[in-house]
Amino acid sequence: MSQDKREIVIPSQLLGDIKSNKAGRGTFIENGKIYSETLGILNKSSDFINVVPLKGRYNAVEGDFVIGIVLEAMASSWLVNINAPYPALLHVNEVPWDVEFGETGKYLNYGDSIMAKILQVDAEKKLQITLKDRNLYKIRGGYITYIEPSKVPRLIGKKGSMISLLKKYTRCRIFVGQNGRIWIDGDNNNISKVLRAIRKIEEESLTYGLTNKIEELLKKDTKDVQ
Amino acid sequence: MESDIKLIDDDGKRLDGRMADELRKIKIEAGVLHRAEGSCYLEWGGNKVVVAVYGPREALPKHTQDPLKAVIKAKYNMAAFSVDDRKRPGPDRRSREISKVISEALAKVILTERFPRASIDINIEVLEAEAGTRCAGLTAAGVALADAGIPMKDIPVSCAAGKIGSKQEGDKKTGGHVVLDLGKQEDNFGDADMPIAISPRTGEILLLQMDGHLTLEEFDKALDLAITGCNIVSKIQKDALVKKYQSNVEVD
Repeated sequence: MSQDKREIVIPSQLLGDIKSNKAGRGTFIENGKIYSETLGILNKSSDFINVVPLKGRYNAVEGDFVIGIVLEAMASSWLVNINAPYPALLHVNEVPWDVEFGETGKYLNYGDSIMAKILQVDAEKKLQITLKDRNLYKIRGGYITYIEPSKVPRLIGKKGSMISLLKKYTRCRIFVGQNGRIWIDGDNNNISKVLRAIRKIEEESLTYGLTNKIEELLKKDTKDVQ
Repeated sequence: MESDIKLIDDDGKRLDGRMADELRKIKIEAGVLHRAEGSCYLEWGGNKVVVAVYGPREALPKHTQDPLKAVIKAKYNMAAFSVDDRKRPGPDRRSREISKVISEALAKVILTERFPRASIDINIEVLEAEAGTRCAGLTAAGVALADAGIPMKDIPVSCAAGKIGSKQEGDKKTGGHVVLDLGKQEDNFGDADMPIAISPRTGEILLLQMDGHLTLEEFDKALDLAITGCNIVSKIQKDALVKKYQSNVEVD
């Protein structure tokens, strides 16, 4: 992000032509011209023109870690809401427990939250998730909040700088799902501190030097730093 | 319909003081509702319209799903208090027709193949009506869809043109002026109303309806006038979107 100015683009805005640029994410080509397809921030890197969307549903990508909420326990699988356009399927083979047929409800039921990984996205956008990976489990306790999925990279920061800052100052356990759901666990005081910081990050996600601002905010009401 | 109202005077001024090629006052605001994924509030003369966009989300009931693309479900509804007499609430023949033509117009610009099996729901709520609500609704829906971050090829825009002020002579009507954006009196007592919607980038026509009679020359003139009107409204739409989100991008 070495640009001087971040520019808002709207759908159908002309961004360049294919002779001098390459069309990246969030753009489409018509008659040799590149146009934006969504409301977002213009991002030119080398000769690619990308548009990073400002809003919109989570676009599931294989290998992403997400937080899901169980919608339904079926005979040999669960349906899980991961904030994508479609509910995701979690099969009993993809959980670390030995589940008997028809007893899925004993392990996960409606309303339970889980940390999961996207296993597969097929051409029809049918989603499959798994719990068989490091640190994936059913969530017990803590607090779940939500930000726009497009703002998740900002919350994590460069090489996790922002998120480690939050952890350092608040002693909370935080898990950020790529789908915009965030799980926070710690004592109530610290959770509200994290929530305040997250709201600030969300509001000012497009400004520069945000990591420093957040550090100041956290420093103000923290005495002991872990 | 015969009346003694003079819709357009000899100087070419209309009832509300507009010239033949003038639009009513338009105000657009994006992102007004918090619970919807995208929204828009629009005032167009005496029309007040709120549009909320939900989705893309799984289309239900399941038989409405299309395995290759998203289905667009626009729902146009007039509030009971939107007109002088109370409007009987609920869908009727007219609002179902408008819902259908708006859905079809919007489906042309949205990249529906990105979201197979999904539906995008657009609720168009007319709070106050004063002729041209389908144009107002479609225009607001375009802004709300962009506000929801839904990928699309263009922001659709709509505007009407029509003919007013002809005189009855025997069993024939003579004279009359082709004008832009009919008001309530002009719509009720005029000769023709023709709402159109276009994709302003390509000039493609997404919707074209006509009520009344126009000669071929008058039709061509009205179409040109309406397209000019659409391009003006398109500018207002884009400004509304940029205005809403530019403020977040202050550089320090």
